[in-house]
Amino acid sequence: MLVTYIEAIRQAMDEEMDRDKNVVLLGEDVGLLGGAFKVSAGLLDKYGPDRVVDMPISESLIIGSGVGLAVQGMRPILEMQFIDFISCGFDQIVNSAATLRYRHGGQTACPIVIRGPSGGGVHGGLYHSQNPEAWFFHVPGLKIVAPSTAYDAKGLMKAAVRDDDPVIYFENKFLYRRIKEEIPPEEFVVPIGKAALRKEGGDLSVITYGSPVHAVMKAARDMAKEVDIEVIDLRTLLPLDMNAIRASVRKTGKALIVHEARQTGGIGAEIAARIAQECFEDLDGPVMRLGAREAHTPFAPAMEDYVLPNQEKIIEAIRTLAAY
Amino acid sequence: MTEQKDRELYYWLRLIREFEDRISAMDKQGKLMGGVYSGKGQEAVTVGFCHDLRWDDWIFPLHRDLGAFLVKGADPRRLMAQIFGKRDGFAKGKDSYLHGGDLGNGIFGATSMLAATLPVAAGMAFKFKIRKEDRVAIAFFGEGASSRGDVHEAMNFAGVHKLPVVFVCENNFYAYSTPNELQFGVDNVADRAAGYGFKGEVVNGNDLHAVMATARKAIDRARKGEGPTLVECKTYRYHGHSEHDRADYRTEEEVITWESRDPMILWEVYLEKKKYDVEAIRNETAERVRKAVDDAVAFAEGSPAPEGPEAMEDLYAMPIDTEAR
Repeated sequence: MLVTYIEAIRQAMDEEMDRDKNVVLLGEDVGLLGGAFKVSAGLLDKYGPDRVVDMPISESLIIGSGVGLAVQGMRPILEMQFIDFISCGFDQIVNSAATLRYRHGGQTACPIVIRGPSGGGVHGGLYHSQNPEAWFFHVPGLKIVAPSTAYDAKGLMKAAVRDDDPVIYFENKFLYRRIKEEIPPEEFVVPIGKAALRKEGGDLSVITYGSPVHAVMKAARDMAKEVDIEVIDLRTLLPLDMNAIRASVRKTGKALIVHEARQTGGIGAEIAARIAQECFEDLDGPVMRLGAREAHTPFAPAMEDYVLPNQEKIIEAIRTLAAY
Repeated sequence: MTEQKDRELYYWLRLIREFEDRISAMDKQGKLMGGVYSGKGQEAVTVGFCHDLRWDDWIFPLHRDLGAFLVKGADPRRLMAQIFGKRDGFAKGKDSYLHGGDLGNGIFGATSMLAATLPVAAGMAFKFKIRKEDRVAIAFFGEGASSRGDVHEAMNFAGVHKLPVVFVCENNFYAYSTPNELQFGVDNVADRAAGYGFKGEVVNGNDLHAVMATARKAIDRARKGEGPTLVECKTYRYHGHSEHDRADYRTEEEVITWESRDPMILWEVYLEKKKYDVEAIRNETAERVRKAVDDAVAFAEGSPAPEGPEAMEDLYAMPIDTEAR
């Protein structure tokens, strides 16, 4: 079955709603419109307004009401129309949902999925390009996933819906319709917490997730004669699959972490620190990071390209590290 | 009302009062850690709204509503252990005061970001509606929290879907130190209900009869699918925001005035008018609540304190592979 990344997400939600009547979708314009990007097209007709709910423009309410539904055994999928708007629901995520089980001494689970389109490269400007995963990476009680392929988009959505903990699911809107791949017609789930080894290599490990996975893979192919690159696609950011990261770095002795989010204070910083501490004896060069520059994600194409990582910057970083 | 119910309501008022007084006393003796938030003076609000609820209805109490916990069915011993931060508390020591709810009895634990429970209550009420369950959610909040966006977001949604939820504003006139006139520009918080398309009511929150009458109407309306109500209960907290707050921002005259309208005294006057033997009821009830609170304190004192590594429990329902981390 040949599907786009966005269709894979739609299929996963559809199949999970079909499988379990406790799964409901809440968000702005998710019903009548089928979502701003058409991620939920057709679901209102199939499942009705009690399960596909057009919500008022109230992110805090969308997430908070999801917590109330979860306490009642429902499994809500909560859409942020753009993931940038998640900041309006911040308190409900970090204080209400993330502490729910903890502050009730284990009396309840909190099976909610918060999902929405993230990422730049589409000239979305300051408020339609963000990658805010690091804000939530700091919070115990949450899980975070960020698929880069249609297969993972579908499999991780299913895993997220079935998970009993709050999962933030970062969709990459640049990939929505740009990638199309064969996925199995039969049921499959991608487990949360497991990275994927996208390409084996012996010289250098690139650890990445989300849309840069594709740029890194292209770089690895283009540079094949120059350097033998191993590519790890994290898929899940919280919890990190340190087994996969350690195994790769111990083999290659070099690590570069690439993400589209701001480099400073990004998830790459934590990975770099852990590699430095846990793989020190195996390292043949500095642990390097490549993320966005210290600016917001601007609108004008030249500026956006200047701020975000791209193919050129990835190749340059790989050459710098390979030279050690 | 029957004599039995009249006496029972008196018992709840007194039990909560005894609980509050004992907690304040223990706090003064240095037996408690952390913030202690007395709801003394506001007992009629929680008794009035919780007494006639069904076991499968839900309440969302705020930080000084330990009375709501008791009346809705929480075990007084576990409630005291919760306040002590012990392992038998609802949060197993992970937080104190009322942040750990008793979910088996339909009591949700609030965070310190008060009013954050209102969207949660609205979401739960939405479930009651779509599953056609004739249950109701009661969401308490203070007049201070009424300024927060979560209140607007929750009420707006509840109005759109006519959800079975009752929003109960406990207006005790001070949000920490900030008086009503610096908190909102309307006369009453309940006036805002009109902006959401449902009914708002103002009630004397110290008059248990008045609270119960208003609560009954609002709960019936919600249960019958006629939508939410915003009830504002004008009441007063005798203590400061927390026990370390001397509350110098208000006058002694004001405090005395409110003490003369005490919900328990008003109920005793009612019992007298009904020609019950109030002296006997008072003595008998005092003995009962003293024993109940003694028992709760003894249990909480004997409950084990959690060990350090228990801090890592209850974070995830589907635990993650810690080896891999």
